[in-house]
Amino acid sequence: MDKKKKMGLLAKQKAAGWLFLVIASAMIIVMSFYPMVQALITSFKTGSSANLKWAEPLFYNYRRMFQDKMFMKSVGNTFLYLIIQVPIMLILAILLAQLLNNKDLKFKGLFRTCVFLPCAVSLVSYALIFRTIFATQGLINIILTNLGIIHENINWLGQTNTARLVIIIALIWRWTGYNMVFYLAGLQNIEYSVYEAAKIDGANGWKTFWYVTVPLLRPVIIMTFIMSINGTLQLFDESVNLTNGGPANTTITMSHYIYNNSFGQGVANFGYASAMSFFVFILVAILAAINLKVGDTRD
Amino acid sequence: MTDKKIKANSSAIQKRLIPTYIFLTIVSIFSVFPLFWMVTAATNLSVDVSRGKIWFGTHLVENFNNLVANTNLWKSFGNSLLYSTVQTLLCIFICSLAGYGFELYHDKGKDLLFAILLMAMMIPGVATMIPLFTMMSRLHLLNTVWGFALPAISTPFMIMMFRQNSRNFPPDIMEAARIDGLSEFWIFFRMYMPVMKSTYAAAAVITFMNAWNSYMWPRVVMTDNRAQTMPMLIANLAGGYTIDYGMLMMGVLFCSLPTMIVFFVLQRQFTEGITGSVK
Repeated sequence: MDKKKKMGLLAKQKAAGWLFLVIASAMIIVMSFYPMVQALITSFKTGSSANLKWAEPLFYNYRRMFQDKMFMKSVGNTFLYLIIQVPIMLILAILLAQLLNNKDLKFKGLFRTCVFLPCAVSLVSYALIFRTIFATQGLINIILTNLGIIHENINWLGQTNTARLVIIIALIWRWTGYNMVFYLAGLQNIEYSVYEAAKIDGANGWKTFWYVTVPLLRPVIIMTFIMSINGTLQLFDESVNLTNGGPANTTITMSHYIYNNSFGQGVANFGYASAMSFFVFILVAILAAINLKVGDTRD
Repeated sequence: MTDKKIKANSSAIQKRLIPTYIFLTIVSIFSVFPLFWMVTAATNLSVDVSRGKIWFGTHLVENFNNLVANTNLWKSFGNSLLYSTVQTLLCIFICSLAGYGFELYHDKGKDLLFAILLMAMMIPGVATMIPLFTMMSRLHLLNTVWGFALPAISTPFMIMMFRQNSRNFPPDIMEAARIDGLSEFWIFFRMYMPVMKSTYAAAAVITFMNAWNSYMWPRVVMTDNRAQTMPMLIANLAGGYTIDYGMLMMGVLFCSLPTMIVFFVLQRQFTEGITGSVK
């Protein structure tokens, strides 16, 4: 009898355990997995949003995607941002974290707050700030003119290469501090005695950094890498508010182009947009998998 | 003698750190300047901003009045506040329940489910945007706080954070509470929630910031101007042909104010929030 009661209690506990996570799990299934399946189905359809029909042939949207020069350009742009911005940002972040993790350094809190501060503003806000500063009649041109570096105002956002440069600078400005916080947290987990040991073994600062700090930070580095890749592949706010994709769509990102094809002005092409968004999903998944594979030190 | 030695030693260390100080100062100036400039530009006339004035002006009130007269400032500010608060409260409640369940009642089945849910992290927002829009429009939730919040009230990141931090919650407390006759749910409300206060604070800060700053989804789901959020409002301000820079920066300042306040008051929680699941 007593035993039976106990069994009942255990079963009750078990049921409670499942009840705790049922809302969250259901929400993720309904709000993430189910829409993903819907997106896949929609990607095989054509027509306006109210009147979707199966595409003929079924892979029509995907074939169109690879022939769409504009989409390929947006893929190229996104990868350009990825390849240039992510390494610079992460190296800068790790360097700053290393410098700030010095126990002899004064004003540590102040420096950290300053570098971290850009995270306090929204993506739209900082995009608009940079857009204003880099306007043709903007502050950067005025400063450069006064310093005698340029004699004519540069149309930063009106030319492809300078517009891309501004986006990259803006991204580095906004996200370096964010990543630095991860490295600082990681560095603080490393025991001071590890460094002492390295010192006794005769390792200099650079060697210590490369052979002690980096390997110990490896999991954090991989995580920030995945997050940065994921974020950059989904870049939207900056492309919309800093350059509006221009000039002539040479700075547009994948997400921005997909948005324009579904909710932008003109025809809403949900089928085609879904096909492109599925492509983004596959890219994110592949790059994350590669990263995890490279980062996996367990043989 | 030894005191002197230590002093001499520390001043030598400080001397060696001079390049570090210089570097950090330069980086700090670069980091802070655009935000400083945002604040000063909000106090200047558009012409002065274009002339490159970087110090405070006297047109703060004028820019503010222009902003109120030309936009739905208070409505949008209220919308953003409402949407973000509702999303934050629901998110930390639902995700903490799940994190608690996954960690303290864990078994093979739940671990598997968790691994599957984690995969949702890789799903890009742009891919679910269209089906979610269709769903919300069928449910008549466009332009409502629910349309805004529902897709984001359960995230793998937040569940992971609560799950990770639940390891610090001593199971002994649960046992003791059970012996006292508390039901499983009351243990959560009466024991877990108070003990995990700091995790809740960190989760709330990070969720609020994300909700307030979100832009793509609100743009999709808020089709009516009266339902728009602050980021949408300032993005529209910059869309015109002639831009009043003083007014624009006033709007940007207003959009950044709540998150800046949260940042300065709760910086520790914010840091914990973004790094919360790395431990």
